[in-house]
Amino acid sequence: TMATYLEFIQQNEERDGVRFSWNVWPSSRLEATRMVVPLACLLTPLKERPDLPPVQYEPVLCSRPTCKAILNPLCQVDYRAKLWACNFCFQRNQFPPAYAGISEVNQPAELMPQFSTIEYMIQRGAQSPLIFLYVVDTCLEEDDLQALKESLQMSLSLLPPDALVGLITFGRMVQVHELSCEGISKSYVFRGTKDLTAKQIQDMLGLSKTAMPMQQARPAQPQEHPFASSRFLQPVHKIDMNLTDLLGELQRDPWPVTQGKRPLRSTGVALSIAVGLLEGTFPNTGARIMLFTGGPPTQGPGMVVGDELKVPIRSWHDIEKDNARFMKKATKHYEMLANRAATNGHCIDIYACALDQTGLLEMKCCTNLTGGHMVMGDSFNTSLFKQTFQRIFSKDFNGDFRMAFGATLDVKTSRELKIAGAIGPCVSLNVKGPCVSENELGVGGTSQWKICGLDSTSTLGIYFEVVNQHNAPVPQGGRGAIQFVTQYQHASTQRRVRVTTIARNWADAQSQLRHIEAAFDQEAAAVLMARLGVFRAESEEGPDVLRWLDRQLIRLFMFHLRRSPFLQVFNNSPDESSYYRHHFARQDLTQSLIMIQPILYSYSFHGPPEPVLLDSSSILADRILLMDTFFQIVIYLGETIAQWRKAGYQDMPEYENFKHLLQAPLDDAQEILQARFPMPRYINTEHGGSQARFLLSKVNPSQTHNNLYAWGQIPANTFITEFQETGAPILTDDVSLQVFMDHLKKLAVSSAS
Amino acid sequence: TPLYLVNHGENGPVRCNRCKAYMCPFMQFIEGGRRYQCGFCNCVNDVPPFYFQHLDHMGRRLDHYEKPELSLGSYEFVATLDYCRKNKPPNPPAFIFMIDVSYSNIKNGLVKLICEELKTVLERLPKEEQEETSAIRVGFITYNKVLHFFNVKSNLAQPQMMVVTDVGEVFVPLLDGFLVNYQESQAVIHNLLDQIPEMFADSNENETVFAPVIQAGMEALKAAECPGKLFIFHSSLPTAEAPGKLKNRDDKKLINTDKEKTLFQPQTTGYESLAKDCVAHGCCVTLFLFPNQYVDVASLGLVPQLTGGTLYKYNNFQVQLDSQQFLNDLRSDIEKKIGFDAIMRVRTSTGFRATDFFGGIFMNNTTDVEMAAIDCDKAVTVEFKHDDKLGEDSGALIQCAVLYTTVSGQRRLRIHNLGLNCSSQLADVYKSCETDALINFFAKSAFKAVLHQPLKVIREILVNQTAHMLACYRKNCASPSATSQLILPDSMKVLPVYMNSLLKNCVLLGRPEISTDERAYQRQLVMTMGVADSQLFFYPQLLPIHTLDVKSTALPAAVRCSESRLSEEGIFLLANGLHMFLWLGVSSPPELIQGIFNVPSFAHVNTNMLTIVKQREQPEMLFRQFLVEDKGLYGGSSYVDFLCCVHKEICQLLN
Repeated sequence: TMATYLEFIQQNEERDGVRFSWNVWPSSRLEATRMVVPLACLLTPLKERPDLPPVQYEPVLCSRPTCKAILNPLCQVDYRAKLWACNFCFQRNQFPPAYAGISEVNQPAELMPQFSTIEYMIQRGAQSPLIFLYVVDTCLEEDDLQALKESLQMSLSLLPPDALVGLITFGRMVQVHELSCEGISKSYVFRGTKDLTAKQIQDMLGLSKTAMPMQQARPAQPQEHPFASSRFLQPVHKIDMNLTDLLGELQRDPWPVTQGKRPLRSTGVALSIAVGLLEGTFPNTGARIMLFTGGPPTQGPGMVVGDELKVPIRSWHDIEKDNARFMKKATKHYEMLANRAATNGHCIDIYACALDQTGLLEMKCCTNLTGGHMVMGDSFNTSLFKQTFQRIFSKDFNGDFRMAFGATLDVKTSRELKIAGAIGPCVSLNVKGPCVSENELGVGGTSQWKICGLDSTSTLGIYFEVVNQHNAPVPQGGRGAIQFVTQYQHASTQRRVRVTTIARNWADAQSQLRHIEAAFDQEAAAVLMARLGVFRAESEEGPDVLRWLDRQLIRLFMFHLRRSPFLQVFNNSPDESSYYRHHFARQDLTQSLIMIQPILYSYSFHGPPEPVLLDSSSILADRILLMDTFFQIVIYLGETIAQWRKAGYQDMPEYENFKHLLQAPLDDAQEILQARFPMPRYINTEHGGSQARFLLSKVNPSQTHNNLYAWGQIPANTFITEFQETGAPILTDDVSLQVFMDHLKKLAVSSAS
Repeated sequence: TPLYLVNHGENGPVRCNRCKAYMCPFMQFIEGGRRYQCGFCNCVNDVPPFYFQHLDHMGRRLDHYEKPELSLGSYEFVATLDYCRKNKPPNPPAFIFMIDVSYSNIKNGLVKLICEELKTVLERLPKEEQEETSAIRVGFITYNKVLHFFNVKSNLAQPQMMVVTDVGEVFVPLLDGFLVNYQESQAVIHNLLDQIPEMFADSNENETVFAPVIQAGMEALKAAECPGKLFIFHSSLPTAEAPGKLKNRDDKKLINTDKEKTLFQPQTTGYESLAKDCVAHGCCVTLFLFPNQYVDVASLGLVPQLTGGTLYKYNNFQVQLDSQQFLNDLRSDIEKKIGFDAIMRVRTSTGFRATDFFGGIFMNNTTDVEMAAIDCDKAVTVEFKHDDKLGEDSGALIQCAVLYTTVSGQRRLRIHNLGLNCSSQLADVYKSCETDALINFFAKSAFKAVLHQPLKVIREILVNQTAHMLACYRKNCASPSATSQLILPDSMKVLPVYMNSLLKNCVLLGRPEISTDERAYQRQLVMTMGVADSQLFFYPQLLPIHTLDVKSTALPAAVRCSESRLSEEGIFLLANGLHMFLWLGVSSPPELIQGIFNVPSFAHVNTNMLTIVKQREQPEMLFRQFLVEDKGLYGGSSYVDFLCCVHKEICQLLN
């Protein structure tokens, strides 16, 4: 049965984009609670389905106002009476007139079992163009600014011609550029220190004024082409020359920066104006604010650090000591902006390229609540940024952007289940209902979430609660159902609705425990638990979370998760932690697993490349290792290999096989680099290289300097030969997996007794 | 000729240790030239070693005639860093041109006119005598209810516009590229001036702001750490929501009531504090107003007045008719000699002191007269009072020192010294009186009082003071004669006619036909006038043109301002420094008409030009109010009536 469940899980994932922790459900609350791992799933709402063209009509809804579930293959249908029964609320519904011709042999697609996931195209309503608002920091070094300008100019050629684009630049002041004007370039300038309300911003940009006479003239259609009036957001095809020139002429912030000071960077006000501008011009329309910044906000609302260079930006240490002066206020500012953007369906991307921190910790909610991208790099003048940025505009099999906007995810459940919450790039829409649980896991208290920006890999963890009482058993063969309804604006600007309806069997945990166990999805469970852990780590204190996780032990994965940057802040800046957590909370299962437990491949003359344990014992002199941590791709040459390369064997015709051996991991790395978003940091290193630390910090320290010495004073000159057979010791005080497991076993036994 | 410039290098000017008076001919060198006694406070000071010079047998320094400060009444010192803000040499000043581009100004062509003119007039920015080009930098702002700053940096292909809409808290959006050297950025500036009229051609924005405009200019100067002058071209009541917002509060019903003074007061206190800030940063504001209706000159004009700027007003401006006058005003205002960031101190010898100052000035205390700028047309009137006996032998000494920044950014001290004789004989005092100066003083003190006292009271005081002066003369100096006889001292014989003119001026004598703005405007104008200007202003020059000898360069002798002096056969030119009229008698000689207008007869003369007035035609009414010796059309007595009135007062005083 193991093989069949694996297949079942895989098929379901491919068809519906769903992975459940349990694929047979314990039929009562009590039993479910005993299972420790909650009933939950990873949902990739817009999983790429080239084989699933959207149907050109609208979904049929259950007529019960509190239900409104969508007709699906699980519904009972009376073809003669043209009635269907809702499988969630059991309401009997009349088919609409257009369905008059249906019969057992002439079923509409949404009733066929293979269309448990189906996509509808909505024809109603005005289509709005894609909107991109660039918010550009000009307090950059000359090289960086030049590289960024070129990337932005390049991006114009990638946008669809009718996409609207806008430009805001900031430094000490914030400039909103008018793009429509000929001749003199014109911008509206705002003080970088003054917080303005949405209304003030709109008044100052003259947005409210132009809207008024239009409404007076045509009260019936105030919404008709509202974007025609905005001088700040113009179709690319109209202004691409203009904007290319404007970007080309962009200068570094001209205000003098004295020695020992940081440039005055008004990121908080710039974002506030960007949010206000879109709020005033395109509410409830998909739009993308793209913030490019090269340093921390240093003035005005949202400032993260003062301009005195002698005062460093906050560290985890400062935060623990409650010594981060600006953190709370800044976080509040960005949260307010993120929530406003989310309300309007706008997403915010942050591209932060600097050697020091840029305030991602404070600004993270902007991306996390709106489904925007967060990209962190050292410089805009790196391939990491350039290629990552280019990848934003990559196209799918249909030639459409891999991005969707303004989605709402609506979840409906059978009566035995309630919704506990969701973890992912979303905000609650606060829709209460009968299927909403009082116990929250993640963002709860609602059955609907807004996801302002998403793509084919955006994945949410959704947590449920079994509410069926133990004394009211589900009848034999009963199934529970969940429907996920995702309404969104497709990159082609159409409104679409994707509906996924799934069902799983109920089982009695006492009599059918084996079934339940067999249908347990260890990988999904690990990721779902890890998401819960990271969610808690974001909102609670560190050690408590670790203790909680330890209690929820899941073998191997949790050992690595415990050491991962998602939970450990040691050696990471607050910005880095925010960055890692951001990506962990949105990637799909496969990528999440890589993040939790990096993959290590070993290349040698002994055979084809093979996956090896992420353990120090895998570091051998005659191997090349390729490690993928999601954020980093590390190629590590063992000592002997490195020596051979140094000797130049790869250039000798008689050692061509060595050349191939060197090349193989490079090719594999390229393959990963091509597909990954964001571009990982690519590290090519060798035994003894300083960058080898990226590998050494990840592997399980089965051999450390501690236990090596303990094995008995091996003379220094025999060290090296010893390692070639047994791997490399790691200079760390971290415990190894073995120690961890021993400790866990001890704990398990003691708590049981 | 320019004044002699004295440069003591790092030592700076030599000053009395006690009263801080500057080295001047009133300092008496003693003890072989090692010490000197101050003529003002009598303090004995050591001569600084660098300044030592032996004395000759008359007790005069050997270098007496080589040093302007020892031998001349007026001269300048080069000021040292001690006399500079923050002890740093000042930057050269800047001129910022700020153009109201609201709908009406675009529509009537004014904006285009200004932009065209600036292209040529900027070539003639004031400069130091010896310099090739002007050091003054220029900047440009346009505005309606928001402000547009322009980046005109020389390396730009196109100027850039930066809009500041936060008029509640206005700020300068750029530093580099806003104030530029005209020669370097000429191409970009011309490009800008060409584009401004088109840029706003489609704008239908009627509302304007005003205080934020001044604020913006001042902030720009502050940011650039230089003094400067704002040229504001404005035409409407600033009603947009912003600091300094004004409402139409004109009320003719207040005329001749105790509340009439409010018409001369600014509507809000904001303008006074703005003026104070401007003065503190050396920001002078010159305002060109083009009103079509009430714009509240009393409020708008306050900053120009207190910052040493000039207010120009062109009612119902029409490009075809009024351009020439406006452009001439603009040119001369840009080109004229001017000093910035000035502070004036008047020192006197013992026995009297300066007690009050009138002019385009701001005073934070009772002695320091601060001026954001002072130009060659501005005068400060100083009132002195005795505080002790003056000695007949020592006389009364006055030293006026003005510390200022030149157009090239040099810090200088201009010193004027004046020694006056003192006499115990009243007759001598009367003999040396100068009526024109008296009228200037009376006018300014009365116009200042207008803000605080009812006009009726002010007029009574003026009549009373006139009578007092004359009665005093009669009592103490004149030979005995019949009381019924009016006796005027020779030096004051025109005092009554001038005084009568002052009393009839629309500032002191309100009437509904004269606009409130015009009265506020004239009040402000007089406050900065010199003696010659005020004399002409109150008693216009009336020239019989028909008697002009075309072969000679001399003008015909002026005639008295009375209708009785006009003749039907004559052509008269009347001018008071503000208005000019050409009056044509009905029987003007046709050959003169032909010569002047190139039309055959009186009847053919086209009077569309406002300043030409034909006898017995409607516009003559306007002209007549300048015939100040006649009875006013709307009140105000004739010269003869006034004389009788004063005489009556004198008689009362004598009894």
